[in-house]
Amino acid sequence: MLKQKPSALPLRYAIILGAVGGLGALIFAVAGGLGQSAVTAQDFVDLQEGGNPHLGFRRAHAKGFCIAGEFVSNGSLQPFSTAPMFAASSTPFVGRISIAGNNPTAPDLNAPVRSLALSLGEGANRWQTAMNTPPVMAVVTPEAFYEQLQALSPDPETGERNPERIRAFFAEHPETQTFRNWQAGYTPSNSFATEIYHSINAFYLINENGERQAVRWAAMPTVNNGEPLNSDDTNALQNEFFNRVESAPVAFDLTFTFASGADDETNPTVLWPSERRNMIAGQIVVQKAVPEGEGNCNNINFDPLILPTGMAATADPILRARSAAYAESYRRRAREHLLQQAPENN
Amino acid sequence: MSQPTTYALSARVMHWAMALLLLSMIFAGLAMVQSLQPWHLTLLGLHKSFGVIALLAVIVRLIIRLRNATPALPDSIPAMQKRIAHASHWLLYAAMFAMPLSGYFMQNAAGRPVAVFDWFTLPALLPESLPLYGFFREMHALVAWALIALLLIHIAAALHHGLVKRDGVLQSMTGRKQKQQ
Ligand code: HEM
Ligand code: HEM
Repeated sequence: MLKQKPSALPLRYAIILGAVGGLGALIFAVAGGLGQSAVTAQDFVDLQEGGNPHLGFRRAHAKGFCIAGEFVSNGSLQPFSTAPMFAASSTPFVGRISIAGNNPTAPDLNAPVRSLALSLGEGANRWQTAMNTPPVMAVVTPEAFYEQLQALSPDPETGERNPERIRAFFAEHPETQTFRNWQAGYTPSNSFATEIYHSINAFYLINENGERQAVRWAAMPTVNNGEPLNSDDTNALQNEFFNRVESAPVAFDLTFTFASGADDETNPTVLWPSERRNMIAGQIVVQKAVPEGEGNCNNINFDPLILPTGMAATADPILRARSAAYAESYRRRAREHLLQQAPENN
Repeated sequence: MSQPTTYALSARVMHWAMALLLLSMIFAGLAMVQSLQPWHLTLLGLHKSFGVIALLAVIVRLIIRLRNATPALPDSIPAMQKRIAHASHWLLYAAMFAMPLSGYFMQNAAGRPVAVFDWFTLPALLPESLPLYGFFREMHALVAWALIALLLIHIAAALHHGLVKRDGVLQSMTGRKQKQQ
């Protein structure tokens, strides 16, 4: 062994301690949120759970059922995207129809928002979309969306929503106006089959020449509103849809709206003018609907950033925020299923 | 057979390249699972691509390790400590395999594609399943923390050899010539 001055030893130990301790501290700090902005995916999902998680269920859109069918494309989008499902062909899908909220037993007819999620294609050609009834978001950033959810949640003291807080939130956020106008003019229909479901966020279609076109899409109903439902039935909409699909498939036109150079595709609070080009890409034909526990949609995290070749995400901050939050919710409910804490029927 | 005093050049290159890669992967993973920022999507793509590269790299590295003679630990080290050193190295290999494999399998169980940059997409080896996803997702996090602990101990031990004991063990991986004893 080499000789060394004993006086140098403390310094050498200090170097070791500093290097290892420093690296360890940095790793812990990053794991604990160093460098993150004010709201993390975990904060968001905590807020959505509201301190009372329904084990095994999605932390948002908890109540829903599985659907299956096919997307029958008419080929009209082929010049704009190389995604194989846009060639004239049909592609099977698994999907889920749900209502917004964290409560898996909430009454269907009270929900402010209804949703349609689809997953189609395999591997590099997998396409997932999760669509809602509003055509726009109320706000532009995940931080503001977090504030919005906070403002809308019941006061822990009174158990009621605080109108004061809600008014203050909207006053501070004028960009919510388009959303509020929609809300004021919206009458829920009597069936999941007669709603319009919007992508809200914009995406790019990419063709063989690498040209990008910003689009939004919506699933448009092809049937007319039905009879009023029994408001005592908490599953009124589910039962109506199950009965409907039993007698005939339910179709939606998948309609794409093309942005012009004047539209900001990264801002989900702004509607694009009605004269923008519209194109029907094909029909979503729902052939089967089953309760969640009997279908295979519960395995799926309908992360809207799973896109096929020929499509890409815009820089919309709300869209980009969705992946990490969905993954956190997915992780929690998957762990609960692994540990068998989820109820039988989920 | 006379034993070398340093690891083979190929082994040393793999060691330092993977050290850098694994540390970056750990920081990227820990940061991205929390982030709602627009870069999340980009970092996730890089994490998966480089994660698959890490899997290929550890396979190559294991082959190099098995095919080359390795320097012996100096006689000054007690037998027990040598055994611990060897065990810790094999644990590091186990973690280096478990990390990318659990990542790959979790994506399979979620039905999500594992694309390596724009080059190719790996096939799904496992069926879509929520409990299976839960298992591999939790493994990915648990093994990550085990790997972090092993790495810190490993670095501390290497620096202890290099700075305090000065017995040539650190140099066997840095490749620097040792002074005559
Ligand atoms: C920052 C914004 C958003 C956050 C943080 C968020 C969060 C979440 C979370 C955590 C889930 C549960 C995921 C799971 O466990 O699988 C979920 C589901 C869902 N979200 Fe969002 N969301 C956001 C914006 C949107 C927007 C803009 C839309 C509509 C265009 C939307 C539509 C849906 C739908 C339809 C589902 C249910 C999908 C299903 O049936 O599994 N979300 N969301
Ligand atoms: C040496 C290789 C790898 C290392 C060191 C590593 C490390 C990590 C770490 C530390 C996390 C954060 C875990 C947590 O905080 O809970 C993470 C997350 C993640 N890793 Fe890896 N990883 C590796 C390889 C892979 C591979 C090959 C894939 C997939 C192909 C992958 C996919 C993921 C995904 C998707 C997440 C986020 C999960 C979520 O959002 O819930 N990783 N990784």
